[in-house]
Amino acid sequence: MKNYVIIGNGAAAVGAIEGIRSVDSEGRITVISAENHHVYSRPLISYLLEGRTDEKRMLYRPEDFYEKNRAEVLFGEKAAKLDPKAKKVTLESGRALSYDSLCVATGSTPFVPPIDGLESVKNRHSFMTLDDAEALERDLDPEASVLIIGAGLIGLKCAEGILSRCKKITVCDLAPRVLSSILDGDCAALMQAHLEGLGIEFLLGDTVEKFSGKTAVMKSGKEVSFDVLVTAVGVRANVSLVKDAGGEVGRGILADSKMKTSLDDVYAAGDCAEITDMTSGEKKVMAIMPLAYIGGHCAGVNMAGGDESLENALPMNSIGFAGLHCMTAGSYVGECFEEKTERGIKRLYTKDNLLKGFIIIGDVDRAGIYTSLIRNKTPLDSLDFEILKKSPSLAPFGKAYRLEKLGGEV
Amino acid sequence: MRVNDMKRVYVNEKWCLGCHLCEYNCAFANSGESDMVKALRKKTIRPNIVVEEDGDINFAVSCRHCKDPICIKSCISGALSRDESGAVTVDKNKCIGCLTCVLVCPYGCIRESDGGVVQKCELCLRNTVGEPACVKGCPNRAIVFEER
Repeated sequence: MKNYVIIGNGAAAVGAIEGIRSVDSEGRITVISAENHHVYSRPLISYLLEGRTDEKRMLYRPEDFYEKNRAEVLFGEKAAKLDPKAKKVTLESGRALSYDSLCVATGSTPFVPPIDGLESVKNRHSFMTLDDAEALERDLDPEASVLIIGAGLIGLKCAEGILSRCKKITVCDLAPRVLSSILDGDCAALMQAHLEGLGIEFLLGDTVEKFSGKTAVMKSGKEVSFDVLVTAVGVRANVSLVKDAGGEVGRGILADSKMKTSLDDVYAAGDCAEITDMTSGEKKVMAIMPLAYIGGHCAGVNMAGGDESLENALPMNSIGFAGLHCMTAGSYVGECFEEKTERGIKRLYTKDNLLKGFIIIGDVDRAGIYTSLIRNKTPLDSLDFEILKKSPSLAPFGKAYRLEKLGGEV
Repeated sequence: MRVNDMKRVYVNEKWCLGCHLCEYNCAFANSGESDMVKALRKKTIRPNIVVEEDGDINFAVSCRHCKDPICIKSCISGALSRDESGAVTVDKNKCIGCLTCVLVCPYGCIRESDGGVVQKCELCLRNTVGEPACVKGCPNRAIVFEER
């Protein structure tokens, strides 16, 4: 009987458990969970504060998930050391676990830049975990002014989540635009205008130089007074276990298309892993939940002796604020087809007869048809792209495709 | 869980009249109303099956209930899952409408619904019809519910 150990208890760990069980119903699975919670969806913490979900509904898998999959979870335990030669993980509590196959799914940690006076700020929060959200909630009140450092996905979802629960929200970011990791200038401006319409104020291209009590002094000289501070500047992959054990790491733990690391019998998946972005060929940390699950599943299958590859990983995001949705995927390279719509914009990027990426704001209906073109590397001259680029539909794929996909099992 | 031997909705596009009846029957079946007029009159319907056209050809597109559904793998809230019959279903109580499933469905078969969550074909297994209403009402057998 094989002995599987998974470090971490998020989407990648769930993927690994389900992947292992799809091949091996017997082996022993042990999950090391730093957080004292049943697996929940981290991106839902903003919806929790908004009152659109609750702790029970935000569980990523049903309550009997571990039991059904016969996985033992060690809650509140952290892995301290990995010894790949002895095939052993030592926990901070001193306990040691042997493994035949290991999946490192340690996720990432919020990165807080050093700012003069930051340590003295009392109501200071990160926004990554359920515990973070609950701590932030305790500091919120209808009269509170909140300063959020970081206009990325985490900072803005946080802003949306607490909008109705505080008096004022200011978001600052060193980047000159919102969502700078996924949007270019025009598209970011569109989202920013929408967010400003919701009542969120922005200080972009500006950063906090120092804190003096409840006042942030910006680089521009502006002063922002606040009651609650949220730092959402970015995250760093938790690579130290593998790095200290001699495994190859870049910005994340390097993993191949089987999700295997450079260490024997050690796999990595989720926000801690660095894998190839099929649209650019570059190795990247793509910290998105679908890829965490898919990578974890791939790792699990291979850990159990099956054969699964992840060859078509790409960055993609679906993010909405109060009814305005924004979807992005892949790389923004090559020729750009642009179409302005009533509430938004569509940009499709094509290169070498392939769709490489897109940004769609507003009318996102059936956008997955575009994503599938990227993932499947569909040659654009094999279909009627002139029609498809205006409206995502199956007609432009032609009769043979429809016969296969609509007339048979897929 | 049945995946390989489940009944699915399949399309015979050469027989499709383009009448869009499947769309109306779908919207009615999932409306929760017992009267079709009451359910659909003066309403913009949001069916889970959509008739497309390609020149003279029409065909209806609905969830393929894929063997390896990328929507379930991508769902960030755990709202999408496969039930015992093999059907891919959405727990609207868990869904928060992030639309990640819309971003990944290769067939464009998951849509945002009025309530800020998503909706999709569940083969009418969870409404009162019990079998796909689109197929039941198709006048020309252009869509069928069978094992292939």
